[in-house]
Amino acid sequence: MKITILRRLVQFGILALFIAGNIYGVKILQGSLSSSTLLNTINLSDPFAVLQLFLASFSVSSVAITGAFIVLIFYALIAPRAFCGWVCPVNILTDCGAFLRTKLKIGKNILNLSPNLRYYLLVLSLIFSAIFGIAAFESVSFVGGFTRGVVYLGSSAISIAVIIIAIETFVGKRLICAHICPLGAFYAIVSKFSLIRVKYNYDKCSKCFKCKVVCPEEKVLDIVGTKSGIISSECISCGKCVEVCNDDAINFSILKLGVNK
Amino acid sequence: MQRREAIKQGFSLVGLLAAGGFAYGEFASASPVLKLRPPGAMDEDKFLSLCIRCGICVDACPFHTLKLAQFRDGGIGMGTPFFKPREIPCYMCTDIPCAVKCPTGALDASSMMSDSKLDINKSRMGMAVVDDKTCIAYFGLRCDACYRNCPLIDKALKLEYKHNERTGKHAFLLPIVDTDVCTGCGKCEQSCITKKASITVVPREVIKGEMNDNYIKGWDEGDFDRIKNPDTKIKLNSKKSLNYLNDGDEL
Repeated sequence: MKITILRRLVQFGILALFIAGNIYGVKILQGSLSSSTLLNTINLSDPFAVLQLFLASFSVSSVAITGAFIVLIFYALIAPRAFCGWVCPVNILTDCGAFLRTKLKIGKNILNLSPNLRYYLLVLSLIFSAIFGIAAFESVSFVGGFTRGVVYLGSSAISIAVIIIAIETFVGKRLICAHICPLGAFYAIVSKFSLIRVKYNYDKCSKCFKCKVVCPEEKVLDIVGTKSGIISSECISCGKCVEVCNDDAINFSILKLGVNK
Repeated sequence: MQRREAIKQGFSLVGLLAAGGFAYGEFASASPVLKLRPPGAMDEDKFLSLCIRCGICVDACPFHTLKLAQFRDGGIGMGTPFFKPREIPCYMCTDIPCAVKCPTGALDASSMMSDSKLDINKSRMGMAVVDDKTCIAYFGLRCDACYRNCPLIDKALKLEYKHNERTGKHAFLLPIVDTDVCTGCGKCEQSCITKKASITVVPREVIKGEMNDNYIKGWDEGDFDRIKNPDTKIKLNSKKSLNYLNDGDEL
């Protein structure tokens, strides 16, 4: 339970810093998740958004590009998809939806999608950006829309939140983050060689499979019960499996170079 | 067991419809908004291709002029900045913080440079248009609210003096916009005293005309040089007018 509390603190803390910066003028973090200024000097930009802008216009300023590189390197080095699990506020909504789904005992998915869909959407949004000259995913992004709504107190955030929670509750299990979001797919690719990884130890495992029940991502815990190893970079590093494991078989560990798998 | 599943599915659909209806509410109440962009914004297509929708410009504006588009703002690009001059106009900061802080270059501060200094008067957010049927100055009443509030008084907004033929002894003081100079800050629109502003700022591309380049201003020095090397690729159909006259069909 500890990791989830810490995670929520980080998620809400970042939103609180943005609100403090945008509305009350506390200049620690200003802007929103797509681009922000840290301590009023360093620019941080969403690398996926900047990539789309670059394809759309071919004239993005160097400020945004360096900001994107800082963020890219940061997430590439630490835990896989740390953005999704620890920063993105949509994660709070999808967790809400998943909670409602178990409470209302809704088992069947109305819509079954392949988890690879997000990779197709990722490629599609890059292609559309280049063709139509407008950042394709950014213009419909529920991540950007919801975050902007929260940190600038915009009205659209409520509609977006209701829709996301409704989809997560009624349409399908973990549909948004694990199947649709191209930003998550982007960070999954970026995180291929990140250092902090979830490691599974077969010898300690008593095969209760509690971890597989709580895991928000399909298939990343497939190796549980078969062989020891490191979980794939599609893992959002939420640590739910680490919390729930009573056998100390799943843990965060630092990936040593050269010990891939 | 099957009945329970069916009830659950029905319940799910009702939940989804309720959520969808709730979210649609905001779309349905949307009212179209004029796309007045912050200073330094390039033409709409270029601006949209560069805006990352982060809201740093909104945050940088000390007068809370800029707003981020929500669903109810009617399709001007979700999350992109705009302003409504009747509510809060642009106060023309000399350091243009919104454009300077823009991380992606969607607001291009360098487009507003003159003599390597920032010059807000070079921004082109829109242009003001007077509705002479509702502007009370055209009734012969004395009102110069917009004129007095124009940051470029006598340059962007001038008063034209005209004799009032109806009374025979009064003057009209008519506000006239010079659209080459007007920045579109909207202070005129904000200060207009009529119920709905009689001077309105509109995006330039909406009403700005464009002249063919075969017209020469004889009084402009060097203007004739423009057609010294005319584009000869344009082929005019010399028979077109003859055919038009001879063709009975179109009469």
